[in-house]
Amino acid sequence: MSERTLYDKVWDRHAVQTLPNGQDQLFIGTHLIHEVTSPQPFSELRERGVDVAFPKRNVATTDHIIPTDPATRDERPLEDENAEQMLSALEHNTEQSGITFYGLNSDRQGIAHVMGPDVGATQPGTTIVCGDSHTATHGAFGAVAFGIGTSQVRDVLASGCVAADKSDVRRIEVTGDLPDGTVAKDVILKIIGELGVDGGVGYTYEYGGETIEAMAMEARMAVCNMSIEGGARIGYINPDETTYEYLRGREFVPEGEAFAERTAYWESVRSDADAVYDDEVQVDVDGLAPMVTWGTTPGQVTEVDQPVPAPEDLPEAEREAARTAQDHTEVTPGESMVGHPIDVAFIGTCTNGRASDFRQAAAVVEGNEVADDVRALAVPGSTTVKQTLEDEGVDKVFETAGWEWREAGCSMCLAMNDDALRGNERCASSSNRNYVGRQGSKDGRTFLMSPAMVAAAAVEGAVADVREFDTEGAL
Amino acid sequence: MEAPDAPDDMRVTRVAGTGVAVRGDDIDTDQIIPARFLKSTTWEGLDEFAFYDNRRDDNDELTGEHPFDRPEHQGASILVVNENFGCGSSREHAPRALRRWGIEAIVGESFAEIFADNCKSLGMVAAETDAETVSELQTFVEEHPDAGLEVDVAAERVVYNGREVEVSVTETMREALVQGIWDTTTLMRDALDETREVARELPYVEEVE
Repeated sequence: MSERTLYDKVWDRHAVQTLPNGQDQLFIGTHLIHEVTSPQPFSELRERGVDVAFPKRNVATTDHIIPTDPATRDERPLEDENAEQMLSALEHNTEQSGITFYGLNSDRQGIAHVMGPDVGATQPGTTIVCGDSHTATHGAFGAVAFGIGTSQVRDVLASGCVAADKSDVRRIEVTGDLPDGTVAKDVILKIIGELGVDGGVGYTYEYGGETIEAMAMEARMAVCNMSIEGGARIGYINPDETTYEYLRGREFVPEGEAFAERTAYWESVRSDADAVYDDEVQVDVDGLAPMVTWGTTPGQVTEVDQPVPAPEDLPEAEREAARTAQDHTEVTPGESMVGHPIDVAFIGTCTNGRASDFRQAAAVVEGNEVADDVRALAVPGSTTVKQTLEDEGVDKVFETAGWEWREAGCSMCLAMNDDALRGNERCASSSNRNYVGRQGSKDGRTFLMSPAMVAAAAVEGAVADVREFDTEGAL
Repeated sequence: MEAPDAPDDMRVTRVAGTGVAVRGDDIDTDQIIPARFLKSTTWEGLDEFAFYDNRRDDNDELTGEHPFDRPEHQGASILVVNENFGCGSSREHAPRALRRWGIEAIVGESFAEIFADNCKSLGMVAAETDAETVSELQTFVEEHPDAGLEVDVAAERVVYNGREVEVSVTETMREALVQGIWDTTTLMRDALDETREVARELPYVEEVE
């Protein structure tokens, strides 16, 4: 059969039956579990007297609520009583159910969406869910991966399946050479800026084209990760040699002949050359400049050297929201974001907490001290990432320049641990959401940008243009 | 597939009650319930946290200005919102906080997908309609907080002020609510044999025999 997208093929291979309401019951190949959205489902399973149907299809870790400060990391019980309860529940639940758990002391612990690729649990042609909206990340491998609610976590545990509606597919063709100083984060922010934060509702995004094909896996993950900020629950990229080479040798990936067989399956799920899409969009990145958000949604974004739009210059439907956002962020319309002061610099998260993100940032950090009065946090996305970087000495580069080098976790992306903005602090952040209150203070201000841009802001104490720094071709 | 017999109390065919409007596009789930209130292993107490920060001043005191705090909207069960409501985090705590506050149906211009899915999981209605209809409804519930509204799920309409307006509820949500099969755990668990068959055919699933 031809004319099918990867999404069609993977969906069809995992469909168990049509449910009476018309949804498909979809088998889930990999369910990633963390401490925030799993305690209730496990309790509910016990109340219903049901066990976990496919324990080996589940992999758990802890990421959202754990301390990242090395000084308190290993203290149990955790200082935060609620956090301790959640972590203990996960330890107990995974042990009872026979589910692999990468806990605080595991060298595989990490943000679920960093850990999955680290261990090779994330593979092409699979279905992946997690009680977390950034599950879209795993689409970078050609998986059909999406975030689910907590009741759906219960469904997956009990049945190995979710009830799902098939969406339309929009092909986003990205062309052009990424200019110096720009990276995947800039591409996805541009896409969200163009298509809107709800542009993807009802769609699965298939990213492709020469720019995407030229990207390494970690860059592809950054793109797919923020599909949800563009309204698309799923964003994927067709797997190719870059994907297969990344996966080779990781512990969940078979070796030798079995690897060749698995690769044949991965290759078979690629969208057909004549695949039919419900919508197609072209995005050109020639001449792209580093992107930075000026408002309180990821779609309120502009190139760093361009003026922040005045609300009255925006389409009428966007004006009021822009005014409210600019009141909150205190940016000046008509001026570029360069020079806008910041108090905190944060590099990490499931968007930009991978080894290459820190290496790129290190090109700016090296020899450039953090500005006075700026708190700078470097939080690797996983313990694997942290170890890799420490082996390369990247941690020392950051520490020498005045950064705090932390243990892995979600940290200040959503501040469910101690890593939070205080009062109305302004944060240059490599995370994915600049919503009001997102980083733990309702008066805090978040400016989203690439990791290297965050590093540049940390040096200047204000939003800066990373192209002004000598990064020696690192980005 | 035949619909199973659902108990009558699982069927959601209509929601009737008074309304409350929360205006604004792209209201994310961090606004609906900030992340710091997700630190619990149960669902208890979530109603207190609905729109927590938006309802409070710099001293963490209720301002009384938020629609959820206005005396005239206490007891409301139908929430009227704008575009892309519930975007962002997948936290089911968001619709649960609204539900525990008293909301049983939400009418809006559009909903983020995970949020709508989560509403369905709770037997909550998420009905869409055009911007003008939403705007009229919002103004109406603000001006007539005591007036009764009815959301008819099967007929996809809202009845208020002696008039009927069309809304749309996606077919799969509508059927799940009307048939009372929005809790899918048992339904899908019952197909474990069929599920194993699908799993066995997948080259990457090795442990299923």
